[in-house]
Amino acid sequence: MKPSVDLKLRHSRRSTIIKEYAIQTVLIASSLVAILTTVGIVLSLAFEAFRFFEKIPLTDFLFGLEWSPQTAIRADQVGSSGAFGVIPLLTGTLLISAIAMLVATPLGLLSALYLAEYAKPKTRAIIKPLLELLAGIPTVVYGFFAALVVAPIIRNTGSGMGFEISSESALAAGLVMGIMLVPFISSLSDDVINAVPQSLRDASLGMGATPAETITKIVLPAATPGIMGSLLLAVSRAIGETMIVVMAAGLAAKLSLNPLDAVTTMTVQIVTLLTGDQEFDSAKTLAAFAIALFLFILTLGLNVIALKIVDKYKKQYD
Amino acid sequence: MTEYILTTSPKLKRRHAKEARFKWYGRIAITIALGFLVLMFSAIIFRGIGAFSQTKIKLEVSYTESIIAPDGTRDPQILRLANYKPILTAALKETFPEATSRKDKKRIYKLLSKGAVYEMGKRVSNDLALIGTHQTIWVTASSDVDLFLQGKVDAGLNENLRKLTDKDIQSVQYLQHEGLLKRKFNTTFFTNGDSREPEMAGILGASLGSFFSLLVCFLIAFPLGILTAVYLEEYARKSKLTDFIEININNLAAVPSIVFGLLGLSIFLGVFHIPRSTPLVGGMVLALMTLPTIIIAARASLRSVPKTIREAALGLGASKTQATFHHVVPLAMPGMLTGTILGMAQALGETAPLLMIGMIAFIVDIPHGVTDAATSLPVQIFLWADSPEKGFVERTSAAIIVLLAFLILMNLLAVYLRKKLERRW
Amino acid sequence: MKIDMQQVSAIKPPILSAKNVDVFYGKKQAIDSVSLEIPENQITALIGPSGCGKSTFLRCFNRMNDTISICKVTGDIQFAGQDIYGPKVDVVALRARIGMVFQKANPFPKSIFDNVAYGPRIHDLAENKAQLEDIVITSLKRAGLYDEVSDRLHESGTGLSGGQQQRLCIARAIAVNPQVILMDEPCSALDPIATAVVEELMESMKEKYTIVIVTHSMAQAARISQKTAFFHLGKLVEFGDTEKIFTNPVDQRTQNYISGKIG
Repeated sequence: MKPSVDLKLRHSRRSTIIKEYAIQTVLIASSLVAILTTVGIVLSLAFEAFRFFEKIPLTDFLFGLEWSPQTAIRADQVGSSGAFGVIPLLTGTLLISAIAMLVATPLGLLSALYLAEYAKPKTRAIIKPLLELLAGIPTVVYGFFAALVVAPIIRNTGSGMGFEISSESALAAGLVMGIMLVPFISSLSDDVINAVPQSLRDASLGMGATPAETITKIVLPAATPGIMGSLLLAVSRAIGETMIVVMAAGLAAKLSLNPLDAVTTMTVQIVTLLTGDQEFDSAKTLAAFAIALFLFILTLGLNVIALKIVDKYKKQYD
Repeated sequence: MTEYILTTSPKLKRRHAKEARFKWYGRIAITIALGFLVLMFSAIIFRGIGAFSQTKIKLEVSYTESIIAPDGTRDPQILRLANYKPILTAALKETFPEATSRKDKKRIYKLLSKGAVYEMGKRVSNDLALIGTHQTIWVTASSDVDLFLQGKVDAGLNENLRKLTDKDIQSVQYLQHEGLLKRKFNTTFFTNGDSREPEMAGILGASLGSFFSLLVCFLIAFPLGILTAVYLEEYARKSKLTDFIEININNLAAVPSIVFGLLGLSIFLGVFHIPRSTPLVGGMVLALMTLPTIIIAARASLRSVPKTIREAALGLGASKTQATFHHVVPLAMPGMLTGTILGMAQALGETAPLLMIGMIAFIVDIPHGVTDAATSLPVQIFLWADSPEKGFVERTSAAIIVLLAFLILMNLLAVYLRKKLERRW
Repeated sequence: MKIDMQQVSAIKPPILSAKNVDVFYGKKQAIDSVSLEIPENQITALIGPSGCGKSTFLRCFNRMNDTISICKVTGDIQFAGQDIYGPKVDVVALRARIGMVFQKANPFPKSIFDNVAYGPRIHDLAENKAQLEDIVITSLKRAGLYDEVSDRLHESGTGLSGGQQQRLCIARAIAVNPQVILMDEPCSALDPIATAVVEELMESMKEKYTIVIVTHSMAQAARISQKTAFFHLGKLVEFGDTEKIFTNPVDQRTQNYISGKIG
């Protein structure tokens, strides 16, 4: 080999190495955006929430039973900084989420079981995309439908039976949110159910169990941890859902567990506090960030637990 | 016992009944979910279909120069905003000669849309030759007339509880009888921005707002998503850093969307002072939200490219980067694009975070770029849904139909791409 | 081949008999016109190279092929003189009579006790708790597992060793009190010692049960079975007394297989 050729090769190698190095740096930088986003969320929420807690004590926020930020307008009056107890918002959120889960869990789970265990491939090929269509509909559409169609139906049925139901009720928002969660639960459970080894089904069927017995006594118990994980993810979704509750639940922070009452949620309050006329720095505006931080921690906690459960479950059958 | 060796015993019958019941539970669950889908679609289509056409009133108008352009100007900008009300009033007087009182004249004028004068201005500024001529034109009627024509006004209701009085209804019926009313395809809905008048409100502004936001979102999220996926799948060795990145991505995918809006509010608006209410900041927020979806899809797509491709390229002396970007990434591209389109579809339907960054304002003007104030299609739906006017229920539903059509198109495109371009290894 | 079958049927009517059985997976034919009679209280081995259809054929006897939607079975299969594909036949009842043990031990993720009690519970075989316990213990004893697990009946069945798991599956099958037990390569995942234990167990079981076993090990077939059927490319090539098949096969293909030339 001639030395000149050798040199040239070496030169090109060097420039290649520099190029590779540069590209790697760009790639790492891109990947850091995901971390930066999380950091940005935590910092921005925490910073504003901290300023909120300088005005309102943390314990008042966490354990307060009353929520009425409106009174903060009368800033000149003594003791008029408003009531910022998150408990009514939390109960409202949980009430609506509970109604949603009561609707979504049986519907989602039974659909998933039927599709996984009974449906012929052709039926499955038609029904699965249709269910997924339900998942692709924007939540603002669900909200519109809840307010325009479902709430009046509930109100009319109620008044027909002698109940006085406000036009905005936890039930209407919860029902519609439940339907929204059906495809979410059914596709997550579908994964989980399919991860149960076929050999267990064969063993059960082979000794004369009916398919229903096989499902309820073998498949479901085996899939329970995974299903629990999916349900937790769905709960986290329900808690963070905004548009349906903004459009169909109420604004009044009422400490109530009656599904026919109008209740408000954390997300509704965030929207109300930040889309109205806002003075920056007022406790009212900052309160939105405190709620959001609370919401973020809550959903993050649920997600971390849920993902861990599902992960552990899937490894078990790998 | 022996008589039932292989046939169904009573005990077994009970078990089979249970089996059948269980099967039915599944069928019922699916029926309820899909029934809801059908109910929702049909309710929205039923309510919204009317907004795709619009009632017009036939009028004989004289474009009298002394009224439109008393100073003889031919400047389209000035003519657009000239005073057209007397012309319309005069034309209505010919149609309703019996309406002589001031009150009646005012009442009849209200049958026209408040936007009718702007329509006239547009006509004249687009065609200056009209000035001084006499024309038969169709002028947009008010939303109440339109609703009446669709049978959506209950004439049996107490007069005080409806917008059209009995006299109004008589006038409308007279117009109908004379053949002076017609429902035509509603172009206004597709060419206007928002308006206080339902019959003048359109989705062009919101659609363009959505388009510009998605454009920004795509330009940020697509490259970032793909590069991150490439790094995690092709370059990074498993380390604490990559684990942490991965945890972050998975959790970001499940963070409530409204939280991203707050991030945009305090960082993009508060720290970086990006103009409020613009598609630019909207797109940035949507990009952060869509990023996890794109990364997860892109990684799956990269993983499905067989190892042999990488080995073959490296074996020929290609560098890691060459092997990755010349061979692996192009092969994974269809899957990445599919994931990106689905992410974009998700972003298109997103509402809550945009409310936080001020894209909720009442904006009549059509945005021309990413820094013009704008709303988006779902936010427009939210705004109209909040409006008490009956005409807006129709507009809301129609806007939903358009939004869903876009979403379905995007999803079909994704499915098509997957089927057409994806290789099976 | 014919002569053999006549000899058997002269002694006792066969418990299972198949006539002209075809099995299709979609358009692909997996079994081509197989006729075969299985004698009661004996071990019948189905052997042949992999993919020859022996497992598919085995699964016809308790209609496990029904669970595969594209699989179609035609022909006549009788169990104790009744057509098992007849219109009035209840698959659940059939499978309670004809149990199955699979290639890979597949205990349920439940306790050892619950694994064995599963069958009696779904078929409602025990009137009370004591009776159920009795069935479970008897089944575990018959499967030769009781002594090894008697002190941990309520621990998970998946925690047992491979051989123990497979015997647990056998105990589970026995607990329903079937007449026939189909075994689909039950020892293929076991080490030689565990295999020997299971083989010994089968030997002791044949007094009470008829066993049909699919095996890829010719040595195993020769050791434990009284009858052997050799399958090749979906066809039954030769069927007869095990001793004769292994010492003096009629068909050239059988000879090639047992001498290791094909397979």
